Amino acid sequence: MQTSPGARAPEAGGPVGKRNGPGGSGPPAGAPKRPGGRENLTGYLFMSPWIAGFLFLVAGPMVFSLYLSFTEYNLFDAPRWVGLQNFTDMFADPRWRQSVEVTSWYVLIGTPVKLAAALAVAMLLAQKRWGQSFYRAAFYAPSLIGASVSAAIVWRALFSDDALVDRTQKVFGIEVGGWIGDPEMIIYALVALTVWQFGAPMVIFLAGLKQVPRELYEAAEVDGAGRWRRFFHITLPMISPVLFFNVLLETIHSFQVFGSAYIVSNATCGPADATLVYTCYLYEQGFVNSRMGFASAMGWLLLVAVGLVTAVLFWSQKRWVHYEEGGR
Amino acid sequence: MSLLTAAVRRRGPGALAWHLGALVLLAVVLYPVVWTIGASFKPSADIIGALDLFPADPVTDNYTRLTEGIADIPISTFFLNSAYIAVGSVIGVVLSCSLTAYAFAKVRFAGRNAMFAVMIGTLLLPYHVLIIPQYVMFQKLELINTFTPLLIGKYLATDAFFVFLMVQFMRGLPRELDEAARLDGCGHLRIYWSIVMPLCRPALITSAIFTFINAWNDFMGPLLYLNEPDKYTVSMGLKMFIDQDAVADYGGMIAMSLVALLPVLAFFLAFQRYLIDGMATSGLKG
Repeated sequence: MQTSPGARAPEAGGPVGKRNGPGGSGPPAGAPKRPGGRENLTGYLFMSPWIAGFLFLVAGPMVFSLYLSFTEYNLFDAPRWVGLQNFTDMFADPRWRQSVEVTSWYVLIGTPVKLAAALAVAMLLAQKRWGQSFYRAAFYAPSLIGASVSAAIVWRALFSDDALVDRTQKVFGIEVGGWIGDPEMIIYALVALTVWQFGAPMVIFLAGLKQVPRELYEAAEVDGAGRWRRFFHITLPMISPVLFFNVLLETIHSFQVFGSAYIVSNATCGPADATLVYTCYLYEQGFVNSRMGFASAMGWLLLVAVGLVTAVLFWSQKRWVHYEEGGR
Repeated sequence: MSLLTAAVRRRGPGALAWHLGALVLLAVVLYPVVWTIGASFKPSADIIGALDLFPADPVTDNYTRLTEGIADIPISTFFLNSAYIAVGSVIGVVLSCSLTAYAFAKVRFAGRNAMFAVMIGTLLLPYHVLIIPQYVMFQKLELINTFTPLLIGKYLATDAFFVFLMVQFMRGLPRELDEAARLDGCGHLRIYWSIVMPLCRPALITSAIFTFINAWNDFMGPLLYLNEPDKYTVSMGLKMFIDQDAVADYGGMIAMSLVALLPVLAFFLAFQRYLIDGMATSGLKG
């Protein structure tokens, strides 16, 4: 009977306030109260799959790959210690620099465009209309199929020479040819493929938009605030936590694009390395050229890069992400 | 009168304009899917050149060619392999992630918060740091060209996203339930299996469907670990089309692309509500 909000609040806060709730019958079922031997054992037993997975598939391999990144290793001969050679080779390698450039473009263009599309459509769908959930589902669909080889193949067909996009451009008098064969343009075909999957962040935005109290808009309207002012002063701050979540997730995902880049460019990495994304080069060095040490070093640099971007995003959070408790 | 205009203004640009806008957008977004359906009924030579969405004279050769298989492998082999991996992954994820999530949400053991932080950390870890050492490990264990490397992580709860999703869900369950069960003398295993698991069905279904679809779409895993065509998944079967002379058999490739999407589309149509709600909650309760 003690289901008042007061009784629930400490639970959400985590393990802290479990002790209170004197209204309850206060039974001697002391087991869940404080960490103890038996409870610890139960916890670790339940966790054992994760613990094993973390040790053998995550932590162990990370240590191993850090070691490999200082070696030359082709999978058959024993690893040979080469110190920082892989890293210095990397910076001197024009194809590695190309892969960094391609990936940066992909992240810097694809992520903002995708998120802008997601937010725009979410705002459209946030209005209460008939058939809303149908639209929501239909816009979400590409997010599920977009990661498949099928989607990449279709993309290749749509953007090749003399295919749909090319012909449509010709109608408007633009003669650039197919994007797939054009080293300048193929990256935009890839960007289009990721933007097409705006449905996943859109759904998250939509959930965020629904939490914005209506009264704020009504009050602002009474004060004479226009559409844009309402967007920048109410909507954006109110959804900044989900915006942050989306930016973080999409950026990290974009860094790791592989399948679509590989397939769209016909199982190569594009004409003149135009879609040589970072992971494509890592794959090529590790599994085609058997340079496992070099590829491990590349993996670690990717980890550092993603870590840095994550850290910067978390650091910037306090400037633009507004959580409810914080007030303004 | 001014009341009326105010009401109109508050409602935005009007229902008709809204639907028109939404439909136009939808047409753009779904165009590639519709195009693929139309193209799969075009003669191979017309697929790239022809602009019409649907062919005037639909042909079914593209599909009949699929019945001959790809490079002497019947396409059912690819589908069975994919299905085996996808279903195996679903079972693994649902069991291992829910056990882990239960520990995080309902058992208070020493080091829980630290481990939870580590688990969330792995959510942000790029998979590509791990592929080289994992490959070396599985190669030493002589597990290349088996499904084990593709499945084992699913049974060891390495999909942190689903653990996270389930923890969020379990924390939302009323505590009174498991306290009552505890009073009745239930142990954790009993509470997990008889109380928490049934109540978590939405989170479990969401995880299961996402797992199925991710496993079905996965390309890098099979590319790394499977090297004989009779072990290939659907994704790898599609890649074989590209490796072959792709121009000659554009029709077969497009038809196969569409057939490959059917399980994903079927799952989506059946469970889209769970998927979308699961996706939405994941962003809200950070």
